[in-house]
Amino acid sequence: MDLETFRSDARAWLEANCPAEMRTPMGEDDICWGGRNFVFRSPAQKQWLHVMAEKGWTVPSWPKAYGGGGLSGDEQKILGQEMQRISARPPLQSFGIWMLGPALLHFGTEDQKRHYLPQIARGEIRWCQGYSEPGAGSDLAGLQTKGVDTGDHFEVTGQKIWTSYADQADWIFCLVRTEPDEKKHTGISFLLFDMESEGVSTKPIKLISGASPFCETFFEAVKVPKDQIVGERGQGWTIAKYLLTHEREMIGASDSALFAKSDLAQDAVTALGLDETGRLDDALLRAELGQFLVDELCFDAHLDMTGAYMRAGHELGARSAELKYLGTELNKRRQSLRVAAGGSDNLVWEGTANDTGQVAKDWLRSKANTIEGGTSEVMLSILSKAVLKMPG
Amino acid sequence: MELLSEDQQLVADSAAGFLRDSQPITAFRALRKAGDDANSAITANLAELGWMGVVLPEAIGGVGLGYRAAGLIAEELGRNLTVSPFVSSAIIAGTALASIGGGGAAFWAGQIASGQAIVALALEERAKHRPDCIATSIQATSEGLRLSGRKGFVVDGGLADCLLVVAKRDDAPCLLMVDPKAAGVTVTSQVMLDHRNAATVLLENVAVAETDLLTHGPEAKRVLAKTLAAGRAVVAAEQLGVAKAAADQTFEYLRTRKQFGVLIGQFQALQHRAADLHCELAQTSSLIAAALNALDEDSPEVETLSRAAKAKMAQVGRQANEEAVQMHGGIGMTDEMDLGLFMKRDRALTEYLGDAGHHTEWLLRQRGI
Repeated sequence: MDLETFRSDARAWLEANCPAEMRTPMGEDDICWGGRNFVFRSPAQKQWLHVMAEKGWTVPSWPKAYGGGGLSGDEQKILGQEMQRISARPPLQSFGIWMLGPALLHFGTEDQKRHYLPQIARGEIRWCQGYSEPGAGSDLAGLQTKGVDTGDHFEVTGQKIWTSYADQADWIFCLVRTEPDEKKHTGISFLLFDMESEGVSTKPIKLISGASPFCETFFEAVKVPKDQIVGERGQGWTIAKYLLTHEREMIGASDSALFAKSDLAQDAVTALGLDETGRLDDALLRAELGQFLVDELCFDAHLDMTGAYMRAGHELGARSAELKYLGTELNKRRQSLRVAAGGSDNLVWEGTANDTGQVAKDWLRSKANTIEGGTSEVMLSILSKAVLKMPG
Repeated sequence: MELLSEDQQLVADSAAGFLRDSQPITAFRALRKAGDDANSAITANLAELGWMGVVLPEAIGGVGLGYRAAGLIAEELGRNLTVSPFVSSAIIAGTALASIGGGGAAFWAGQIASGQAIVALALEERAKHRPDCIATSIQATSEGLRLSGRKGFVVDGGLADCLLVVAKRDDAPCLLMVDPKAAGVTVTSQVMLDHRNAATVLLENVAVAETDLLTHGPEAKRVLAKTLAAGRAVVAAEQLGVAKAAADQTFEYLRTRKQFGVLIGQFQALQHRAADLHCELAQTSSLIAAALNALDEDSPEVETLSRAAKAKMAQVGRQANEEAVQMHGGIGMTDEMDLGLFMKRDRALTEYLGDAGHHTEWLLRQRGI
């Protein structure tokens, strides 16, 4: 199909199938995560997920055989543009889509792909990611959660931390040390298991933003069937690195996806007003806004170029660290400027409006951007070694 | 990482090859030693390669490859510190003349493309880029039209066969051709810190024929806007080449220089600064490419992107050059190293067609703050 036909078909289909309520700006509470226990906010949200999943467009790039849309890079871009055109909300967001899916597509067996991927595409199973541990943060490969081979099972014991939405997830993809005699990086396996398994418990962690998107997750002799390993034993680190690349691209790109791009300039004018020359009545804030605007244009251009490069079939590899570093540092600046631009209005934490405190909460939340998925310092170390070939 | 068309890739490869072989930095040093800020022979060479007509349509003698291709050439000129009228004449004057069109303008554009003439834009009247602050004006007198004013920072003005002057007539902007040898015109050549020519031009009751006036009023505004946007994007591309050269040389130094018994590139304090610089150069490269593409597509984003590119490049160019000298240590301060040459060129290119402050101010104004 030529691209213009695809565009007009997609436009007509979206026009006919996207409910009006799904064409309005969304807050964090409006995200559809799917899963066994997900409570839809509205019939329209449920309907939107249903029709998009039927079409394969919850995961437009995946092959049709696994519940995807089988779209080419150019078609995906057009679909994205057409959805943006009518402000259509993403029908489904999940770690299954962003992370496990790509890993299974690359490393999974055919049986695993046919079993797990359609569940993700239809929003039936919500996944969480078991990576970090109390003693393994930036030094992720130092993880100690162990999986003991008991013949027909791995018996998993240990603790994970910073597990996003573990308390709401159905299944976990988890890094476990199954080969204790191997070296640090070659003793890890990538296991999948049900969070309802006996021995799994979770405890939410309250953050400075007041929200609890992360949990501590505990495993006490959890039995994991042996066919629930992805890739070979000891290959977990390779898969994890592949996944981290995806995560970095995603967090870098979340500049626009996860955070609403409010009009900083307008917010500042509303709060501060203009001086007699028509300039914002705060010279330093104005200067910082100016530098931010330039950097935002710059990063947006870089995302565009990088996207086109990847759609042309190139891999980013270590350079995904570039997007992660730049995108998250920029978002921190955006949120700082946003909270400053509103002055004392943005200090209100509790009140009557249902978005009360959101700016302050987003600002606080953004501080984690340069930590999660690898700190800025880890990104710079990766780039320095892998791209600049610095010694030692 | 940016995608190039086959034609663009050919241009990039031939620019890299030709300049590395015929105009390396040692050639620049030789010019500087000889006190030569013209490098006259190069204009014919660049014309032969088609570069002097790279953005000009074939109908007036150009090759019509566009601005992205021009940016790739400029980047290599920057990397090699090549002295040439490519940006001043082929891009800036060339864009203005092609945009004006018509007999006189097309004639001079053809002259530029064939390397027969160098045309320099005489715009600035203040030490900072202020294209709206024009006092140079044309008055109707009993003896005919007379042009008076004073222009500064006329890049390659001392080498030009013809000046393209921005002036006011009846309080509206206009562009006109002025012969630097005409009565009343005094061109004073200066050698700038980067060993490039930039003249001041004094215009005292210079006789102007109606045919010298190429464009006037709203049309002149449009031409000037397009010209400055093209100039900004291509100057930024040249400055990117300078910054990349400084950065590459520095990264290599970190990989080979030993202190305290180890390679200094093993120090995390330096690794992280180097990686940050790499990231900044990468995203700036994308922004400049986006601005150049916008020029080729005649997109409405040209104004915003070209200004953002020029502003961002000023910031990153400074970062690259300051880091280069600092990370080299004492040897980075010596004239024997090329780093100082890069730093001087970077400083000049930052001022050329407006610095970060100027263009950021425009962006802020545009957003209503």
